[in-house]
Amino acid sequence: MDIAPPSTTKTPMILLALGFALLVIGSYLGLFVAPAEQYMGQVQRIMYVHVPTVWSWMLCVCFTFIAAVIFLFRNDLKWDARLEAGLEVGTLLCAMLCCQGAIWAKPTWGVWWDWDPRLTSVAVLLFAFLGIIALRQFVDDPPRRAVWSAVATIIASADLPIVYFSVKWWNSLHQTQSSPSTVSSAFHLPLRINAFGVFFVMVAFVMLRSRLATRKLREELV
Amino acid sequence: MLTAALRKELLLQWRSRSQMMAVFVFGATSLLLFSFAIGPNAAALRTFSAGFLWLGLLLSSTLTLAESFHAEMENRALEGLLLLPSNPRSLYYGKAIANWLQLTLLGIALVPVMVVLYDAGTTQLLTLLVVILLGTAGLSAPGTLYAAMTAQVRAKQTLLPLLLFPLIVPALLASVKATSLAILGDPMHDLRNWLTLLGAFDLIYWSLCGLLYPKVIEE
Repeated sequence: MDIAPPSTTKTPMILLALGFALLVIGSYLGLFVAPAEQYMGQVQRIMYVHVPTVWSWMLCVCFTFIAAVIFLFRNDLKWDARLEAGLEVGTLLCAMLCCQGAIWAKPTWGVWWDWDPRLTSVAVLLFAFLGIIALRQFVDDPPRRAVWSAVATIIASADLPIVYFSVKWWNSLHQTQSSPSTVSSAFHLPLRINAFGVFFVMVAFVMLRSRLATRKLREELV
Repeated sequence: MLTAALRKELLLQWRSRSQMMAVFVFGATSLLLFSFAIGPNAAALRTFSAGFLWLGLLLSSTLTLAESFHAEMENRALEGLLLLPSNPRSLYYGKAIANWLQLTLLGIALVPVMVVLYDAGTTQLLTLLVVILLGTAGLSAPGTLYAAMTAQVRAKQTLLPLLLFPLIVPALLASVKATSLAILGDPMHDLRNWLTLLGAFDLIYWSLCGLLYPKVIEE
């Protein structure tokens, strides 16, 4: 197996700068311009980073799953580099959204954690991804490592809907998903700007990480 | 082909039955330890007995599953098996069914220990058997696949639980719920729902893992 050299890092760097700029603008609007929410008060402002993080995380998990499937069909190590990038960026976003959620939940629900279907599915996926990243550290042969992590990613992704529905049969107290249509128009703009900000940062991270993974793979294959 | 693979696995297990005995003692010991974690509170122990049973079974399963590829790893026997004019899928299903039977036996053997230690008697033995069959099927399908991977790497004892535990959360949850309903009574008739969930989990993973297994062991 061979792998093509990575392309330049110009595009991801531009995306990264754009993403951070949008995050600064969106967070400024969210923190200082948008009004405080009537019932939750200032705590609610964490929504401007939490909800965009969740959206980008979901896209990142979908990307990782697709990369795993494409790798198994094509056997092209380029997709293994992308899978590795998706796994790590997905884990980072997942850890971030768990922390943000806990910070929001303590003053709002009175607890750091709750066994709600969405929270539990996120936690299960976080641990599943950590397990796959650990597996990658212990396999030295690149093609074999690629196949195994693709297989493990597919198996873990298939688990997600089952976890969600199994936990749903317990009681749930998580809010319904926020989207621009469920929040008042005063909250729209910072939410949208931050959504694009986090999205661009996520895409830039995935691109940079997969270029790095490609470089490492090329070195291992020589 | 499948019957030949299954026969090989069962023969291997029969010849290493002393190991099976050791795993049972390990499971029984962990059941004993759980009661010390809770304290001598008979009511609480009875309430949590189903959870303890499945945790004991889960911990023991990592031992049997990790061992199940032991013979294949010696003298590159796996490569020899793959050279046979056989389907790698039947190798997988042979091993998965053998692991399933072994875990079921282990589960059945642990039930009396649970009943004695936690005073968790039940008359619904048939229900309990169905739950154990479905639950251990959920453990063995992904467990066998992951064991095939982790048997070939360093640190296999750590990696197998790391990969398996997050995955079997729904199966564990449903098995514990169903067992608990069988022991403590089922006023809302929820048992059927949990069994359906377990059955769906088994169906998905027995087909998905069988589909992906040839990829895992091919060179």
